Amino acid sequence: MSTKQLSENVKAERRFKIDNWIPYLFILPSFLIIATFLFYPIGTVFYYSFQNYDISAPFYNSFAGFDNFVKIFTEDKLFFPSLLTSLKWVVSQVGLQLIFGLIFALLLNQTFRLRGFVRAIAFIPWAISGVLASVMWSLMYNEHMGVFNDILMKLGIISEPQAFLAGTTSAFISVIIAELWRGIPFFAITLLASLQSIPEELYEASEIDGASKWESFVHITLPHLKNTIVLTTLLRTVWEFNNVDLIFNLTGGGPANSTTTLTMYIANLAINGSDFGYGSALTVISFVLLFAFAIFYLKITRYERED
Amino acid sequence: MFNTNGRTNKVLFFYLPITLMFMWTIFPIYWTINTAFKHEGDIIKRPLEYLPTSPTVENFVVAWNNVGFATFFKNSLIIGITTVFVVIILSTLSGYALTRYKFKGKGSFLLMLLSTQFIPRAMLIIPLFIIFKNMGLISNPLSLIITYTAVEIPFTTILMSGFISNIPRELEEAAAVDGCSKLQALRFVMFPLLLPGIVATAVFTFIYTWNEFLLALMLTNQQSKFTLPVGLSFMMGEFNVNYGALAAGSVIALVPAVILFAYAQKHLVSGMGGAVKG
Repeated sequence: MSTKQLSENVKAERRFKIDNWIPYLFILPSFLIIATFLFYPIGTVFYYSFQNYDISAPFYNSFAGFDNFVKIFTEDKLFFPSLLTSLKWVVSQVGLQLIFGLIFALLLNQTFRLRGFVRAIAFIPWAISGVLASVMWSLMYNEHMGVFNDILMKLGIISEPQAFLAGTTSAFISVIIAELWRGIPFFAITLLASLQSIPEELYEASEIDGASKWESFVHITLPHLKNTIVLTTLLRTVWEFNNVDLIFNLTGGGPANSTTTLTMYIANLAINGSDFGYGSALTVISFVLLFAFAIFYLKITRYERED
Repeated sequence: MFNTNGRTNKVLFFYLPITLMFMWTIFPIYWTINTAFKHEGDIIKRPLEYLPTSPTVENFVVAWNNVGFATFFKNSLIIGITTVFVVIILSTLSGYALTRYKFKGKGSFLLMLLSTQFIPRAMLIIPLFIIFKNMGLISNPLSLIITYTAVEIPFTTILMSGFISNIPRELEEAAAVDGCSKLQALRFVMFPLLLPGIVATAVFTFIYTWNEFLLALMLTNQQSKFTLPVGLSFMMGEFNVNYGALAAGSVIALVPAVILFAYAQKHLVSGMGGAVKG
């Protein structure tokens, strides 16, 4: 140790001057681009939220104080309903993705022929964009040519073709199912990686102790997966709360705003571009809600880093 | 669990669910491909054709030439490749600094990277639109390249530092003893060993840029500058949707992402393991 340490010290001394600057030079471009195009824009959202900011009439922009926020809580007829829709969306997505992701991971963790192939297929939806997935599912949901109507009619469940995306309840369920298709693989991948790190001996020992498969699942598998589950559900909650690609393209928030989540509402406001100040205020509220949730969640789940 | 009848249980608890899982995953993809190869009249014909009786590539020709998927494909490709190039260089440099050096502010920089993961992307659409409008870069691929680079760098830096920490420090020291400069050591010693990590990071970044929708929609208002997701969305929103061409366009958008993903998924998972460890 000592000779190596010594020579390293000498070398370090020699390179001292340049070496001091190298790490900063290396991180500088990344730092600048993140600061300018992530942190600065976030700052401006907070600024715009206190302004009347109309992109088409920038000369009339003015300080609005808390007007935007007051309006959201008192006059806005869409705010609370869209928040509720967001809640339903996030809870059903994360809950179902977790359950099916775990089932997928447990299945894919078995040894069987063609396992590599089946795994690769099972993970594919993860690589597919929300827009692409919405095209795929809209082809299947379609009233005139959709395969679901065909299958359901053949099974005798419905007697005539349904426009799944036109009814308020059926549209919501349809969007949920399509997003599940895309979301389950993320859980499947992370849970499978975590399952593979459980030592086989633990199961052997519990089998010798006479534990059933169910018991070893509850007492070995689940506790081992806990940290992964806590982290992935948190990440997915944030992600699904902010995710609009599929809703935007399948229903656009309709019919009758039944699929308008808070983020979908903000996206519509931003794209119409009429009142950026108001949209920014909504964005700030959704950010604060998510941030508060993340802290609360980490606290109640008592997340700890594995050592 | 139920040892009395192992074979039935194996069917009930393994083969049946795994078949259902396989069908559920593959069917939407299959159905899109099936639709893409049908003649327009056959798409709405009853009874539905579960296999095209007379497959045609007509839809692909229409999507590629008439709808503009050739342009969307080219735009997505240019944005994707440029972003990958920039992201790889920047994240290798910052990943290297994080792994191999102790320096003041390292912890803060790491915290900065991690905190970006909690920034809702929807928060960015309004201010970025204003920023790029002021810079005159709306409908310019540069605005998307810059934005995607900023969004991807935090994660890819952590990913790269995971890969770098797996390479023994001694190799570089040996190169330094042999008279290599720091940059030469990076280029001739580190780079070849890092290549698998670079490939995984590149694929990850490329798939993101290939799929990203909301920012691309917001920062583009000319059809000739659409990326594939924006082009698909635009086509879906048309009053008279040509379903055959829409399905063909989807297949065009699908193939590169899926091939790259299938190629790199193992590296990606091991890289994530390394990033967590390092």
